[in-house]
Amino acid sequence: MPREVYISQTNCITPLGFDVPSNIANILGEVSGIALHQNLTKTDTAFHAACIDNQKIEKAFAQISDSKAYTRLEKMMILALYPIVKSSEIGLDDKVAFLLSTTKGNVSALENHHIKSAELSQLAKSVAGFFNFTSEPIVVSNACVSGILAVAVAKRLIQSERYDHAFVVAGDEVTAFVVSGFNSFQAMSDVPCKPYSVNRKGVTLGEATAAVLVTSDAENAKVKILGDGSINDANHISGPSRTGEGLYRSVESAMKEAKMEANQIDYISAHGTATPFNDEMEAIAFNRSGLGKVPLNSLKGFYGHTLGASGLLETIIGIESLLQNKLFVSLGYDQSGVSEPINVIEKNEDKNLTRFLKTASGFGGCNTAVLFEKVS
Amino acid sequence: MEKQHYISSTCRIENNEIFVDGQLVFKTETQDFAGFSKLAYQHLDIGYPKFFKMDNLSKLAFLGAELLLKPEDNDSDTALVLSNKSSSLDTDVKYQQSIADTENYFPSPAVFVYTLPNICLGEISIRHQLKSENSFFIFDAFNADVMANYANLLINTGKASQVLCGWTEYFNENYKAFLYLVATEGNVLHNQQSLETAYNQ
Repeated sequence: MPREVYISQTNCITPLGFDVPSNIANILGEVSGIALHQNLTKTDTAFHAACIDNQKIEKAFAQISDSKAYTRLEKMMILALYPIVKSSEIGLDDKVAFLLSTTKGNVSALENHHIKSAELSQLAKSVAGFFNFTSEPIVVSNACVSGILAVAVAKRLIQSERYDHAFVVAGDEVTAFVVSGFNSFQAMSDVPCKPYSVNRKGVTLGEATAAVLVTSDAENAKVKILGDGSINDANHISGPSRTGEGLYRSVESAMKEAKMEANQIDYISAHGTATPFNDEMEAIAFNRSGLGKVPLNSLKGFYGHTLGASGLLETIIGIESLLQNKLFVSLGYDQSGVSEPINVIEKNEDKNLTRFLKTASGFGGCNTAVLFEKVS
Repeated sequence: MEKQHYISSTCRIENNEIFVDGQLVFKTETQDFAGFSKLAYQHLDIGYPKFFKMDNLSKLAFLGAELLLKPEDNDSDTALVLSNKSSSLDTDVKYQQSIADTENYFPSPAVFVYTLPNICLGEISIRHQLKSENSFFIFDAFNADVMANYANLLINTGKASQVLCGWTEYFNENYKAFLYLVATEGNVLHNQQSLETAYNQ
């Protein structure tokens, strides 16, 4: 049996706040970070997006460093990691991994033809350098599953006993690059996104960073990572499988490893991008796994789709659901717009929770599912 | 946990040459990657027209997988774990050019989808019908340490029966692919040292 692996610390930097408690307070107040923004691209079109105020980032960063050497995204990542690294009191030796999850990193550097600055290994080196991590950074860049896949990778590498602890940071920004790209797919919603709703019109983008400590040390653990799977649809590079094949198999793989049945899962923190095909695919996959009645939300109505950050950010909020015994509303949902029954959470409610499943799916046909259990 | 696995076969693609298990299988004098990859595709008699829609990173990884995966690997639980330094930057730069100014604003979904490094995993998965574990890593240089530990764990925990691993780097005509199959049988031990030796050959 491989050893057990836990998450013991969490933090996030989002439009809803620069720590976990402020994010939860805003979710309980049903406050969304999404607003209409001009100038996201070089066109005249305004887009809805969940963006973080630059001045807030600068102000918060100035409290921990006076260095000018970091990009906006690097500052956001450092801010997410900072309290975790400081309070963990773990010596950053060769047994401590540093994982960074992102889809596009500092891609905005390409606007000024700074190709080297857009390299993901440079981004990782820069953030690692701030904290003096000594192990070689591991960047996970697997489209929209990156954030949750990074948790699975950290857990697996700790199980392999190569590392004892892993600091995982995830982040992506709203850039002209991704806004124009999603818009070229006609995937952008002209209203704040409405996951699983019959009225959904597509994606709203967002930006955030999130960080966790994944560890073999049970002390102070919030959740245990019970199982995971990250399985490809083998169907299409830019659209999900109609049968939800990869997501279904990822969920089954996670449950098999955890030796859990569908009725032992109390809550699903799903992907829910609010595109017609994605949400439909998820409903099919969850029903194939017998999870159609499990309370489920997408947090995209609060944060937009934060790409490589989303899986980790949504895991952190899911962990708070378990710890506080609260199901959070799936903001933007009204009436079901998927063909199979799913139990979308329509209002914040108190409920005893022990285990939750986090899922994500993305371009390239990738899917990831990770099952977590509260440590009491 | 300490089960021993093996490198059952390797493929190297660089400098207009393709080697499988150390043997030269294709070579051309052509100068650019587009010409080289097209001639390799023809020489290997691949017959998969979608190849020509792929970006260069996907073509490179696809060719490597084509040479290592056998028909009996189709629809198997062969995991894919690839890595590189430049992510999808080669296509990112091309996409950025398409949105650089309002006069010439032509963002293309067919280009945008390749601005993710893991798309090449999707292409290989589709080709070989691999509904299997996938991950793409970015390192400053080939990281035999992490790759070996990760592949071993996938096999040891039953998440895969074998793992197609490797380094697939492409940026601006500079390319190198080193792919290898990690399996439970073979002649070459699978560990950090043997991978580093094979990579540097």
